[in-house]
Amino acid sequence: MSNKSMRFICPNGHLGFAPSKRESFDLGAKTRPDFYCCDSGSSDIGPGPLGGDYSVSPYEWQKHDLEMMLVAARKQGAPMIIGSAGDTGTRSRVDLYVQIIKDLARKHKMAPFKLAYFYSDVPKEYLKNKLDQGEAIEGLDGRKELTLEELEQTNRIVAVAGIHPYIKALEMGADVIIGGRSSDIAIFAAPAIKDGFPEGLSYYMGKTLECASFCAEPYGAKESVIGEITAEDVKVTAMSPYQRCTVASVAGHAMYERSNPYFEYMAGGMIDMTNCHYEQYDEKTCRVTGPVFVPIEGKIKVKLEGSGKVGERFVGIAGIRDPYTIKHIDKVLDWAREQVKERFGEEGYELYYNVYGKNGVMGELEPIKESKSHELCIVCQGIAETKEMAEEITMTGTRQIFYARLPEVKGTAGTAAFGFEEVLPATAGYKWTINHTVSVDDPMELFDVRLIEVKEGKTQ
Amino acid sequence: MKTVKLTDLAKTIRSKNAGTDKITFDIIFREKANYELVKNSGVISKENIAKLYGITEDRISDFVEFDPAYAIKYTIYRKEPSGSPGDADTFGSQQYPPLLGIDVPVKD
Repeated sequence: MSNKSMRFICPNGHLGFAPSKRESFDLGAKTRPDFYCCDSGSSDIGPGPLGGDYSVSPYEWQKHDLEMMLVAARKQGAPMIIGSAGDTGTRSRVDLYVQIIKDLARKHKMAPFKLAYFYSDVPKEYLKNKLDQGEAIEGLDGRKELTLEELEQTNRIVAVAGIHPYIKALEMGADVIIGGRSSDIAIFAAPAIKDGFPEGLSYYMGKTLECASFCAEPYGAKESVIGEITAEDVKVTAMSPYQRCTVASVAGHAMYERSNPYFEYMAGGMIDMTNCHYEQYDEKTCRVTGPVFVPIEGKIKVKLEGSGKVGERFVGIAGIRDPYTIKHIDKVLDWAREQVKERFGEEGYELYYNVYGKNGVMGELEPIKESKSHELCIVCQGIAETKEMAEEITMTGTRQIFYARLPEVKGTAGTAAFGFEEVLPATAGYKWTINHTVSVDDPMELFDVRLIEVKEGKTQ
Repeated sequence: MKTVKLTDLAKTIRSKNAGTDKITFDIIFREKANYELVKNSGVISKENIAKLYGITEDRISDFVEFDPAYAIKYTIYRKEPSGSPGDADTFGSQQYPPLLGIDVPVKD
């Protein structure tokens, strides 16, 4: 370890998804942290953005946070690390962020600096070759081994980078790193591990910081937090004036969005948090000791995410007020489904109904079986290969609710209400086709780190 | 025996995706006493959760009592991955409300 401690600021749990708060970031930047780190991705947003290769975060918000961090980091001369560029961490999103960084350098007339970036995209051919050679692509979360059919249904695949490409980029002398899809923990752990801090503490610090102020209380998102690592502990401090990092908030965050609070897996191993000890260090700071890194035995496994297009999609909306129709809504929808089947047959499309007022939010998990609502909102989705067909299926599936034949209905002039006489085009439907791991001898075979010099500021 | 609703004892009751194929549920208490009360009552168990949500117990991947955070946590497999067409809760963030009304027995 070249230093006794290393400090990291994180302003946002998902850069671009909602803008970071300025006051707590400025308070944190004033303390001159050693690294400015933020992850910009999530699989929470569903399979559409990866499959269709687009961001759900607005460009202006992405630029806002990158600008806030870049200006502070370059002014101070501290490295800045961004993981999972543009929500998905695909090649086009990395290119987008690299361009934003160049534009910002020009805008602020920055002195030249070194920018490293890497892509996480995995060619389908790479996995097909592995399958052809009889190599297993292991499933996660109860999934079976990847099949050729699932691979063929997939449009785009990214590998989730661990610390490896970030350490490489730091070794190359990068001042700013824009990463493809990555473990959000890795962007914090990489500099600490590279400098010789214990792996267990380094990964643990990443886990605590990655969602920024979600590890603080009271609840308030997009506020900056600072983590400090030493050879013995991790201390995490809330920067916003109204928040504190407490034993409860930091321990509570260890289980956030994870199926188990004691174990966290990443490329190369696992952190065992069974013996973590939490204590209140000062008013706004919680101190943690005891996480242990358990390296994987054998080959390193890298997580893969893949998304495949199901089809073009349209959406229709219908309202129901008649009490008898509400009571028999399942029969009404069966009728509408039957009409679609008569027209389009059994296969080659998908038709979904979400019945708000009954079980629209929870579906099969809804314990309340009898709706007490006096009105229902039905959202119909039709998915098919072409837009024309998706539109017609959705139109049929929505409009036939209006014509449903039920013997006891008093109103014979239509059993549904429409706010507008059309169905609406939606972005295509996608599905997570891959949630698997691939075994590699060297994780860098999936990530190619490139270094460029950004001189845009100087040419002005 | 007298009962109290879980929502009146817990500080946080939430649900959220744990990856693309699972939803995880957290029940967090401010006071150790309430945590111990609920934990020892046995009302939050794999069996009861399965019954409440109308699923088989093998849909529950993890069930953990997490003492450092005074929290009970369990995770279920989704039927389809998050955000598949027809999924109405891509983030898995509105699957917790049935927990709010769970009756917890307390001493009179």
